[in-house]
Amino acid sequence: MANQLKIRELALALGLSNSEYESIVEKLNREPNEFETYLFSAQWSEHCGYKHSKHYLKKINESYESENAGYVEIGNKAVVFKVESHNHPCAVEPYQGAATGIGGIVRDILAMGARPIALLDSLKFGDINQPKVKNIFEGVVSGISDYGNSIGVPTVAGETSFNEIYSTNPLVNVMCVGVAEKNYLVSSHADGPNKLIVYIGSKTGRDGIHGASFASKELSGKDDRPSVQVGDPFTEKNLIEATLEILKLKGVKACQDMGAAGVLSSTSEMASKGGLGCEIYLDKVPKRQKDIKPWEIMLSESQERMVFLVEPGFEQEVKKVCEKYMVDFSVIGKTIEKKHYVVKKEENGDILADLPIDVLVDAPEYYRNNSTPTSFIINRAKKFPKCKGHDLKDILKKIIQNHNVASKKWIFQQYDYKVGTNTLLIPGIADSSVLWFKKTKKAIAVTIDSNELYTYLNPLEGTKNVVYEAARNLVSVGAVPLAITDNLNFGHPDDSEVSWQFEQSINGLIEASKELSTPVVSGNVSFYNSYKDSSIYPTPVIGMVGEVKDISKLTNLKFKNVGDFVYLVGKTDINVERIGGSIYLKIIEDFIGGEIDPVNPIFEKSLQNFILDLINKSVVNCVHDVSKGGLLVSLVESCIVSSLGFNGELGNSVEELFGENQGRFIISLSKDNDDLFQKMSNKAGIIFKKLGEVKHQDDGINIGSTTFDLKKLTKLYFESISKTVEE
Amino acid sequence: MDKLTAGVVVFPGSNCDRDAYFALEENGFKTRYIWHDFDQALNYDLIFIPGGFSYGDYLRVGALARFSPVMKSVEKYVLQKRGLVIGVCNGFQILTEVGILPGVLTVNSSQRFICEDVEIKVNNFETPFTNNIDKKVLNLPIAHKEGRYIIRENTLEPSQIVIKYVENPNGSFEDIAGIINKDLNVFGLMPHPERACSKVLGNEDGNLIFQSIRRYLSSGQSVKN
Repeated sequence: MANQLKIRELALALGLSNSEYESIVEKLNREPNEFETYLFSAQWSEHCGYKHSKHYLKKINESYESENAGYVEIGNKAVVFKVESHNHPCAVEPYQGAATGIGGIVRDILAMGARPIALLDSLKFGDINQPKVKNIFEGVVSGISDYGNSIGVPTVAGETSFNEIYSTNPLVNVMCVGVAEKNYLVSSHADGPNKLIVYIGSKTGRDGIHGASFASKELSGKDDRPSVQVGDPFTEKNLIEATLEILKLKGVKACQDMGAAGVLSSTSEMASKGGLGCEIYLDKVPKRQKDIKPWEIMLSESQERMVFLVEPGFEQEVKKVCEKYMVDFSVIGKTIEKKHYVVKKEENGDILADLPIDVLVDAPEYYRNNSTPTSFIINRAKKFPKCKGHDLKDILKKIIQNHNVASKKWIFQQYDYKVGTNTLLIPGIADSSVLWFKKTKKAIAVTIDSNELYTYLNPLEGTKNVVYEAARNLVSVGAVPLAITDNLNFGHPDDSEVSWQFEQSINGLIEASKELSTPVVSGNVSFYNSYKDSSIYPTPVIGMVGEVKDISKLTNLKFKNVGDFVYLVGKTDINVERIGGSIYLKIIEDFIGGEIDPVNPIFEKSLQNFILDLINKSVVNCVHDVSKGGLLVSLVESCIVSSLGFNGELGNSVEELFGENQGRFIISLSKDNDDLFQKMSNKAGIIFKKLGEVKHQDDGINIGSTTFDLKKLTKLYFESISKTVEE
Repeated sequence: MDKLTAGVVVFPGSNCDRDAYFALEENGFKTRYIWHDFDQALNYDLIFIPGGFSYGDYLRVGALARFSPVMKSVEKYVLQKRGLVIGVCNGFQILTEVGILPGVLTVNSSQRFICEDVEIKVNNFETPFTNNIDKKVLNLPIAHKEGRYIIRENTLEPSQIVIKYVENPNGSFEDIAGIINKDLNVFGLMPHPERACSKVLGNEDGNLIFQSIRRYLSSGQSVKN
């Protein structure tokens, strides 16, 4: 009885709830022992168990979590991609948090048998004028830079935004894209009993113990540091090469990276997905220190480790490759017919755990009937403030140098975005980046997007908007959107408002994904993100991959020639009742509220197809989607990046110039193509509005009522972030 | 004449090896990778030591790679066979660490990694690596954190400074971007010509260097035995 109480206390201390503990006892028909309780605490954590999200995620895609990452097929190639968060580690240890975030997602892609070819990141911070936030910001950027550059995977695109709600809990979401020959993709499912479980990579140490449960609670401000792992990019680089060589060997059956809950989750999931059990021998796990406890070995999240399933007799070949790349090799167990998860001290030694594998792997599922919170209705009902007495030049200056709009060059210049010599569109010159399939005409376009103001004001429509914007970003360069990965960053899942936001967001994601025929193939959920005792804005981050059929047709957002016509295509008149979430309202009026503009799926689909048609027929010289900051900001971006001016009419009201509505693109084309363009749009039924003409840089940007000095704007745009950081 | 051959040395941590391979093949070289754990005669027309992070660049950049067996072969190849060697970025760092090229490369004055395209001026057109360059200023990408060239006692002859930055991005001594040894067969540079080798990539200036090497090797001055 005393022992029973002790175990229950341990279970609760490790983050399991009373009812979860009781359900474990019931399912096992006995008390778990101390060691087993540690295993449950990790495997049933939110991070590994998806307790609060499973119910909803199943609606997206039944196989959402079945493999390490999802993929789409292009010809005989499989493009594998996924996004994952490392928010909490970055809050307490920004540099290592970001570095190991890269390492982890790269191994997910690698585990599918794909060579990682690109990284993208979505970063959210507080106000970088605050010293603590600046610290987090610089740490995260250098963590990504040092790790990503060293492993030779280019960081090709991303987004960064700043909002007070991310002050203590930054969001660091990293997406990795890899390519494999379609027929050589690898599964993480064990395919039969009596196969060897082979461990390769770094030795197991004490770092990152409880990492999975750490990611599954709010930050306390104390005792958080030991949960952070330390990265070793050199070993990761070796692990990448070793894994790709090993997967070519005969007798290698399955592969899984050791992510959250390390040896435990990788081996238990591999076996259970194959409908099998397994035995693990703890003495065989390579260890960094002698005094590490058995449960610590199981739960450690030491970085740069993988497991393989190997037919007996083929392990020496694997070992040889490991020796070449200086990574540890060890056979740590085998699969068994009986569907049990068995951990032994040594092969014929004491049994530390013997659990039905399904009980261990299948965490409980929670969901509730959500009701619409009043805050949602109140926010929508807020009236937009009437902009008055502001000088246009002043507004534009403030917006263009706001860190959310200003150039992110200071950041991306620290990333090696060209290694691999596949990067056809580099960061900063287009709405998405493009990676070439060497020696072919084909390429893929990639983007990662979010909009916390939209998703806060309306999680359903906001999420749809983010998906559509991601698609627009791909379309802007000439790519056909193919598939989605997502990272759902939310607050505390027991909070009824958060639960509602999550459900709404998932519904928006599903709707948009269906409408655009772009399935969600992989994803990640991060709960417990908070700021000052309340939850962050709901922040779904969408990664998207598209296909470029002919690289000679690629476009970007740069204006090309003086005299080219500039058009607004799509929604030409702004709906001033639906400019909620516009960045100008936030920056200039400090206002967040009102209605956001919902997407119109049918209109939007035909608009996107029309833009692709213009690009494929080489009618246009430049395409840029109108997003954060509205029409004027998009035009100014094209002018700045191309060092060319503009003359024309954009509208007179601040709502027309800075209000954000959906389904709008700026394009430029040579006069010679004007007739063809107009004919094509009439035929497609797409409306357009001529904005003006491209001019010399010295002519500045003349929008009818006002002329802006382009050189001054350019300086503000490029120097804003570097000035703040380096001051 | 046989097809010209090139060997790309690969250390653990090299990450521009595949880029070098691609650029060399595009320029007509029959190319092979040379895993670093190898101490035998190098029978190639050109040895390319690529960029990356050999041994993770832990300790000091290039400091561990110098102990790899292959570097002994490279030294013999340079001294005895007078073979052509080009070291780019980490390759340049390794060549200075071994002592085949003078000076050292240390952390950029900004203390940060820099990835951008820079303009470089060609200072000497009379080398095996630059003889076919037909313009004074080239545009090449750089991507490094430790690319600031320093030399304590300047033993360099002016002609050894083959390329200079137009606008110094990292604080290098005398704007140096690339140097050659006194025997003119070993060229080290921080910018990446192999990243500027294709119209598709929007830049072909790097090919001028590969074409120079080809021209030199094909003009009867071949170093091959």
